[in-house]
Parts: sequence; C-alpha cells; structure tokens
Amino acid sequence: MKYLDEFSDPVLAKRLFDDIRAVTTQPWSLMEVCGGQTHSIIRHGIDQLLPEEIQLIHGPGCPVCVTPLEIIDKALEIASRPDVIFCSFGDMLRVPGSGRDLFKVKSEGADVRVVYSPLDSLRIAQENPDRQVVFFGIGFETTAPPNAMTVYQAKKLGISNFSLLVSHVRVPPAIDAIMNSPDCRVEAFLAAGHVCTVMGTGEYPGLAEKHRVPIVVTGFEPLDILEGIRRAVRQLESGQHTLENAYPRAVQAGGSPAAQAMLADVFEVTDRSWRGIGMIPQSGWRLSPKYREYDAEYRFSVTGIDTEESTVCRSGEVLQGLIKPHECAAFGKECTPRNPLGATMVSSEGACAAYYLYRRLEAPNKEASSVG
Amino acid sequence: MCLAVPGRVLEIEERDATRMAKVDFGGVVKDVCLEYVPDMQVGDYAIVHVGFALQRLDEESAKQTLELFENLGVLEEEFGDAWGKAARDAGAERPAGTELPGAGDTPVEPADKEARS
Ligand code: SF4
Repeated sequence: MKYLDEFSDPVLAKRLFDDIRAVTTQPWSLMEVCGGQTHSIIRHGIDQLLPEEIQLIHGPGCPVCVTPLEIIDKALEIASRPDVIFCSFGDMLRVPGSGRDLFKVKSEGADVRVVYSPLDSLRIAQENPDRQVVFFGIGFETTAPPNAMTVYQAKKLGISNFSLLVSHVRVPPAIDAIMNSPDCRVEAFLAAGHVCTVMGTGEYPGLAEKHRVPIVVTGFEPLDILEGIRRAVRQLESGQHTLENAYPRAVQAGGSPAAQAMLADVFEVTDRSWRGIGMIPQSGWRLSPKYREYDAEYRFSVTGIDTEESTVCRSGEVLQGLIKPHECAAFGKECTPRNPLGATMVSSEGACAAYYLYRRLEAPNKEASSVG
Repeated sequence: MCLAVPGRVLEIEERDATRMAKVDFGGVVKDVCLEYVPDMQVGDYAIVHVGFALQRLDEESAKQTLELFENLGVLEEEFGDAWGKAARDAGAERPAGTELPGAGDTPVEPADKEARS
C-alpha cells in the first residue's frame, strides 16, 4: 500500500485499513469536522488509501477560516489605532479582511503582537498601563475557556486597559446546520476530539438521534482518524446511529467541569455568522453582560464597517463539504498561500491550504474543469 | 493555534492566586495555566492549548504525539517565529519591530532527549 510506511505504526495502520475494507459494502460519505484532522488526512493520503466507496468530506472546523470578515475588519480597524496594542495568535496574521490583513497593518506601523497564550496579552496590559491592549479571541470550544479565564483574571486583578474582541463558535449547532441543509451529503461525522475534551460528549447523542447520523469522537493523529473511520463505517453498515468515543485518552464524557463553569460565567450563547457560511443560530459565544466592559466592540464602538468579500472565493462551499478545494476555479491559480483569496487558503488547518501543500503536483485543475 | 500539544510539568507555582506551571514541550518551555486541571503534579503530562492545560495524558501517548508533531513541523508552527512565517508566506519583508523573539519563548535543551529519540 502506497505511503503506509509514513504511519507511526504501519502494521496497525494496515490492520485498520484492511478492517475498513472488509466491512465496507457500499458508498458512504463521512465528514471530519476538525481542520487538524483534514490536515492529517491529506498529508498522509488517508483519503486515497481508503476503499473507493468511502468519501471524506472536509468540515468547517478551522477557527481561522470561519471567523467572519466583519470581525476581521473590526480587528484591523482597532489594531490601526495609535493607542492600541493588538494581540493575536500567529495564524490570524494573514487572514484577509476587506483588502488588508494584520501583517499589512503591522507593516504600516501599527502595534500588533503575536502571543502564545491570551494570558500573555494580560501581562502586556499590566506592563503598558497607558495603552489599550486588545486580544483577538477567536476559536472553538477548545480556545474559549482560556480566553474566558483571561477576561475573568482581568476583572479580578482590576486590569481596566484590557479587552477582548470576541468571535467564538460552537461545533454542535454547526453539525445541526450542515445536516439541515438540503444539499447535505454527510452520512457520519468524525467529531473534533479536543472540543470534546472541554465540552464532553453530552451534546452529541441527541444530534445523532435527531439526524440518524453516527458521530464518532476522533483525535487527529493518523491512527486516531483511521479508528474513527472504522467505527463510523461499522455503524453505517449495520444501520446504527449513535455516539462513540474513539479518543478516550483525551476525552471523558463529562469534559472539563472547571472549563465549562468558567464559560458559563464569562460568556453567553449567541447567534454567530460563520465566514462563507452565514448565520447559524446559537452557534457562538459573546461576553455576558457582567463582563461587557471587557468587550472590545463596545469599548471601541467599531460600527459602519462595509465588508467586501472576494466574489471568486468558494470557501463557504468548501467549509460545508459541498465542493473540494481543487474544484474551485481559482485554486492554485489566482489563489495561493502567497496571495490567498479566502481564509481556507491561509490557515494551515484550512482545507484549501492542505490541498495546496500536499496535492499541488496532482494537476488539481483537471478535475476543476470537469466540474465546471 | 487549533491543535493542543502535550507537555510535561516541570514546576508549579501560585501567581496572582492562579495555579501556573512551567511545561516542557520537547525542549520549548512555556508558562501554562493549570486552573482547568487543578490536580496536576510535577512530572505529569497534560494536553495544553494556548497556554492552558486541558486534560491529563499518560506519558506514553504524550511522548508519541509529541514525536509525531515534531516530525510534522507542528511544534515549529505552534512555538516558532510567526512573523517570519507570515513574511515568508507573503513573500514580503518582515515588519519593523518583529525581530525579537516572541514573548515568553524559552528554548532549552530537551531533558529527556534519549527517551524521545
Ligand atoms: S482555493 Fe482560494 S478562492 Fe478557492 S475556495 Fe479556496 S480559498 Fe477560496
């Protein structure tokens, strides 16, 4: 089998592939929700080693990719203010807003800083009492508790020159929205392991039941993904639709109670727009009224932003699993990591970037032209 | 940013009434908040995401994952020079004021190099 020696345990990998082949009797479409899983799948060629009947569809689980353009534009506007130190994770630097990105704003002289942890930005606020320090708080359920704790600490320590530009998103409502779409092709989900490390698995049995879809909590290492696929296909072949946890070393059913308590204190659930997809009800968090003074959108009253999305980019369809990246006509032509038209080409977890990095040599546009 | 990386707790201290640790990620040491996994002890392994321990992990899985991440270049992406990478990706000069290493970076020699090789 091609590439098998690239797996950390080729013997186990072969066993899993063989087992998947043995149980598969008909075509199935599985969606991996997490962008880290997508990256791992493409890098190791898992999708190409699977039996032909099994299609992997890449889901919306890249936080950088789904952060709405409006929030990126607000970030750029706030970061440009002379009294502001704007702190962000490194992978947001080149996400295109309407015309610019944080990298460009920094090149023009703004004080943008890359931090490893949101707590670093709190320290910067303490060290710079005469400046406003804003942290760009994006991400899924895994990143929300650290950001919540940072706001909690700011309040506890009385650090008033700190605020959070917040755009957190939640996975279960996105799964629900994908299943509700009339174009939906997904028959089983590999749920995002680290999201469940925090939130537990409690939200998923209901979704599996409602949509009659197997959901398997899966890690992102190649063997974890194979095990997730194996369990999902077994369920599909035997007509089951339940929740299974294939990542027990990191995920307990109850998740992290301390993190959940912090989330409940600092945030409240709200409707959120996902870049390329649109509004998904109850799919995000914002700061609760108790912490509103730490909300950068209130503090800087950034309003009247006119967003301008690329008319060419089809990342919304990529994120919903409706097309594969190389089916976008711009892929590898106008749109490359150097000159990205959409966030899915920027983030290393983005599906377009993963295809560009690992599939470039395979004449991607041949397929694109046959799709139209 | 999306991934969580396993690391080993080197030392623990209270800071601003918060349980903080120094954690070794295969040679890079970072400050990590332990508030979400309060019973972590020195020598334990945890899955760490953006400076917060999220869950305890057994030593063997932690080492395997760390080794895989090192091979995939994930550690470089997580702890490395973000401005340098962005500049390379953009095909542009790195912006002024980004020459210094990022806040909190403390590269050290891995303590258990042999165990991981
Ligand atoms: S290849 Fe580029 S333009 Fe096409 S969907 Fe992906 S990010 Fe958008």
